[in-house]
Amino acid sequence: MDTKNKDICDSSDTKADTSQFITMIGLGDSPAPEIHETTGTLTFSDHLDHFLARWGFRRSEHIVEPGIYKLGDPDPDSPVFVSANYTLSFDALRSSLAGIDCYILVIDTKGINVWCAAGKGTFGTDEIVWRIKWSGLDKVVNHSNLILPQLGAPGVSAHEVKRRSGFKVEYGPVRAKDLPEYLRNHTATPEMRKVRFTFWDRLVLTPIEFVHVVKPTLVAAILLYLLSGPFAAFAAVATAFSGTVLFPVLLPFLPAHDLSVKGIILGWLTALPFGIVLAANTQLPLWEEILALISLFLIIPAVIGFLALNFTGCTTYTSRTGVKKEIFRYVPYMALKAGTGTLCLVIIGASRLMGMI
Amino acid sequence: MFNSYKENTLQYYPEKCINCLMCTKVCPHGVFTEGEKGKGHVELTRPEKCMECGACAGNCPVEAIEVESGVGCAWAMIGAALKGKDMDSDAVCCGEDGCCQ
Repeated sequence: MDTKNKDICDSSDTKADTSQFITMIGLGDSPAPEIHETTGTLTFSDHLDHFLARWGFRRSEHIVEPGIYKLGDPDPDSPVFVSANYTLSFDALRSSLAGIDCYILVIDTKGINVWCAAGKGTFGTDEIVWRIKWSGLDKVVNHSNLILPQLGAPGVSAHEVKRRSGFKVEYGPVRAKDLPEYLRNHTATPEMRKVRFTFWDRLVLTPIEFVHVVKPTLVAAILLYLLSGPFAAFAAVATAFSGTVLFPVLLPFLPAHDLSVKGIILGWLTALPFGIVLAANTQLPLWEEILALISLFLIIPAVIGFLALNFTGCTTYTSRTGVKKEIFRYVPYMALKAGTGTLCLVIIGASRLMGMI
Repeated sequence: MFNSYKENTLQYYPEKCINCLMCTKVCPHGVFTEGEKGKGHVELTRPEKCMECGACAGNCPVEAIEVESGVGCAWAMIGAALKGKDMDSDAVCCGEDGCCQ
């Protein structure tokens, strides 16, 4: 029993092992594989699901049951597309294929999109080979071709899939909406093969980025409010908003190449209006004003720089080597700035407490 | 200066290439392009654009491409380092609260 479970978890080790296991559990003799039905139409409920997924609400629940789905009225010669079991990925595919009779093989990517799942290995060779066997796909179609999303390629080895399952992998375009044009002659233009990172692509990432920092921002805002009033609390909220919403939106327009540097520059720009308001305040003692200004121009750029660095995982072009360089290059500098700025705030806070006493 | 992405781990061995063009189909940044007729192998035209996703190496049937592939995500890498794991290991993962959409 343990061995059986291990086989399931590890996907298929070899073609023979998988076949043996399938025969063992009775799938080998199953007359007709289960085929789910789907449509190319997205309902209000689907759009609501996408909206909630974008905000990270019940993040692990936006999933589709793995298996074979039929779209329209396919026959055994109809094409087979492969998708992740994440609702946004699956819905993007099926809505792009509206009006095309086909099958969609949904593999288990643990509710993660195609590209991220490919990076993690869950959209991978093992899972595809396993899912072909598990679903009985060879009983549904009389050809051996699979059309995969191009962004699934990092996790898949086409020649290995062919060797282990007999199915030939064909990589479709990057974007599902290009599929109808691609299907005319199964050729993608160079433009179809390139990933973009448009304003809209960046904008849809901002809700989840902001949600990530809500809790620490609230804590910081409350502490700063108690320490020095609403001005400082608003600065904390503005910093979080700037780092998670403005940064992705303004990404291509900020100078320099490294995301950390772009973030630090945006941090200076974010701190500037607060600095002007602070400098214009004549009610503060000069030493306190100077310390407050120093902390402002140290902490805000450091925090936004760090948030910008963490946006590397969302971009479509950062390499691991480059990100690692960025981490070692800028994180110590950010930590030093944030630490010094915090020390300035502590001195201001302590002096105010002493004054109260 | 201020560009940490000029270098990467991509290695291409044109003498091994069988010109199947798979790398040109899977690369999302046009790093490889079809060579001129008669060349018999693809051209590495934009190596600096490589994001080390590993799609080309994994789909090259003759191992003409090598790359230390991985996910370029600071959130995941810093998280791994804080947990005492190797930043370059396959264990690097952003977890449940990651930004994967």
